[in-house]
Amino acid sequence: MLEIKNIHATVGGNAILKGINLTVNGGEVHAIMGPNGAGKSTLGNVLAGRDGYDVTAGSVTYRGQDLLDMAPDARARDGLFMGFQYPVELPGVNGMTFLRMAANAVRGHRGLEPLDGMDFLKLLKTKMAELEMDDALLKRSVNVGFSGGEKKRNEIIQMAIMDPHLMILDETDSGLDIDALKLVSQGINLMRGEDKAIVMITHYQRLLDYVKPDFVHVLVDGRFVDSGGPELALKLEREGYAAYGVHEAA
Amino acid sequence: MSSIETQKTIEEASGDYKYGFVTDIEMDMAPKGLNEDIVRFISAKKNEPEWMLEYRLKAYRAWLKAEDPEWARVDYPEIDFQDIHYYAAPKTDADNPKSLDEIDPDILATYEKLGIPLREQEVLAGIVGSPNVAVDAVFDSVSVATTYKAKLEEIGVIFCSFSEAVLEHPELIKKYLGSVVPAGDNFYATLNAAVFSDGTFVYIPKGVRCPMELSTYFRINTANTGQFERTLIIADEGSHVSYLEGCTAPMRDENQLHAAVVELIALDDAEIKYSTVQNWYPGNKDGVGGIYNFVTKRGVCRGKNSKISWTQVETGSAITWKYPSCILQGDGSVGEFYSVAITNNYQQADTGTKMIHIGKNTTSKIISKGISAGFAQNTYRGMVKIMPGAENARNFTQCDSLLMGDQCGAHTVPYIEVRNPTAQVEHEATTSKISEDQMFYCLQRGLEPEEAISMIVNGFCREVMQQLPMEFAVEAQKLLGISLEGSVG
Repeated sequence: MLEIKNIHATVGGNAILKGINLTVNGGEVHAIMGPNGAGKSTLGNVLAGRDGYDVTAGSVTYRGQDLLDMAPDARARDGLFMGFQYPVELPGVNGMTFLRMAANAVRGHRGLEPLDGMDFLKLLKTKMAELEMDDALLKRSVNVGFSGGEKKRNEIIQMAIMDPHLMILDETDSGLDIDALKLVSQGINLMRGEDKAIVMITHYQRLLDYVKPDFVHVLVDGRFVDSGGPELALKLEREGYAAYGVHEAA
Repeated sequence: MSSIETQKTIEEASGDYKYGFVTDIEMDMAPKGLNEDIVRFISAKKNEPEWMLEYRLKAYRAWLKAEDPEWARVDYPEIDFQDIHYYAAPKTDADNPKSLDEIDPDILATYEKLGIPLREQEVLAGIVGSPNVAVDAVFDSVSVATTYKAKLEEIGVIFCSFSEAVLEHPELIKKYLGSVVPAGDNFYATLNAAVFSDGTFVYIPKGVRCPMELSTYFRINTANTGQFERTLIIADEGSHVSYLEGCTAPMRDENQLHAAVVELIALDDAEIKYSTVQNWYPGNKDGVGGIYNFVTKRGVCRGKNSKISWTQVETGSAITWKYPSCILQGDGSVGEFYSVAITNNYQQADTGTKMIHIGKNTTSKIISKGISAGFAQNTYRGMVKIMPGAENARNFTQCDSLLMGDQCGAHTVPYIEVRNPTAQVEHEATTSKISEDQMFYCLQRGLEPEEAISMIVNGFCREVMQQLPMEFAVEAQKLLGISLEGSVG
């Protein structure tokens, strides 16, 4: 699904990623953990193709293609989804319209007919039932005036509708109370499947209680310094990143 | 997007103004220049009565003493008014075509290219799905076809070309022409009063709710032909009308002057809704060519509880100078102005409204959305005036500007004059940019860059777009996207 080889990246001239290697196969869930400023979000942004994140060395292969050669919107249409840490407000843009455009962008790429209003509503109804969410959010402007929890739920709805292959979830658990965390986790678990892969970027262990990762990687100062199974996350929760020479303020 | 790709996109987008074609038909044309003889020529061409000619000549003499206004934030070379043809009409065998069959096929083909639904027979035959819009199509200076006329006549609605109204309904023209925009009002309105070529006349009788949207498509076709439209709409007591005006023009290198005048009159409890989608040739990406759009639009709520609502989507023209206004004379009358003005490349727009509160309990609302891209300058200029007798007048104004890139300008120039202490006047203004965050968010959801811009801009303009009648809304939404193509890299 995804093969990252020795990626180096700079932001505003500062070296942030200093040689990342990672292979993600279909059916796997990876968690990337690390202290603030380690480069977790940078890695997500590099994979999604955000402007201003310059890859200076290395390569990324996604579903057999050179990912770094693809425009950000082409990556999205080809099934690379990023759940944003801070979902962006789009004043005046109706949530339902936005979602349908996103869904049809992906469908077009897959050679499917665009969904008309009625068919889209049917799909939406099914998905919302699975997610145990209601579509009240979609009647408002995208993310405008949403609480932190509502914004993250909206990301999950978009993910479910766009049906991506690779999901990069950047701090999806931040700012959620326990009920919202359960709901969002349930949404993520629904996306697990043989031909799907999930990369969760998180600062805390608590999301991993609900979405069990197959692999946990520790990112410090732009490099992976450790990798293991779910037990590694529990160890980090207990001991922090001190073992890796990092001392975070409490 | 890399800068090379951006360059390419801009070139692609600016190279092809979709409606830039010229219909080749023989013109019946006045010689260049303006003098009393030309005014007489125009009047004679239209077989006008003596009083109409007098009106024109009086305006012409006033115009000679008037000066081209300089207060607007627009910049253009001095116009040589002697280098313009003031009359051009498409030649047909019959002086006035009676049906579509008599229309020059070239003209029909032009409308075809524009996608104008001029299929009267479909509508008359009552074919399901045919548009419920009456079209009085103005091709250069003469109205060439009027549809739905019979249907409207049944309920007493008069919807015809201005020239026809002068001949058929002189009592109404004499009573109302120049009653809102006097012949000597301003330089361009005065010029229009002298040389106006044709336009539209609408009269809605007492208590009639016009059952369909009335629509006019304007086009400027002949090189160096200034077009001087005259529109007069009268809504009698308790009547209601919605009027749509949409424009496209073929591509020309020379700048073309357009100085229209629109007058609206709403009597007691009447309502006029006037919507415009303006898509005239804006010039090329270097600012060469394009229409000069110097328009005077004004409505008077003459009767109590009457209402006039202006909605405009302005995406075209090299220069736009336009302030659709409301004089709120009747007690309890309401004025509204909803505007989207988009300027790209080297376009200049100085547009806004005037709300003059005279009657008691009058209210007005102004929602203005200005979008600037490229090297464009976009100015909102608005006046809210509360006269001494306007007890409990209220105004709410909201002006939002959106900037794309760092070479363009947005300016807000509100004038507020309150002469009655019971007035409540609110003004809100914001200026923002399409953020990189918003763009990336949309791209990450699979939208193409142009799609993303179009969606964000349409969101920004939503309050205004919602005011447009359904017939226009979809087209206008597309237009916003087209107008901004290539403006974000």
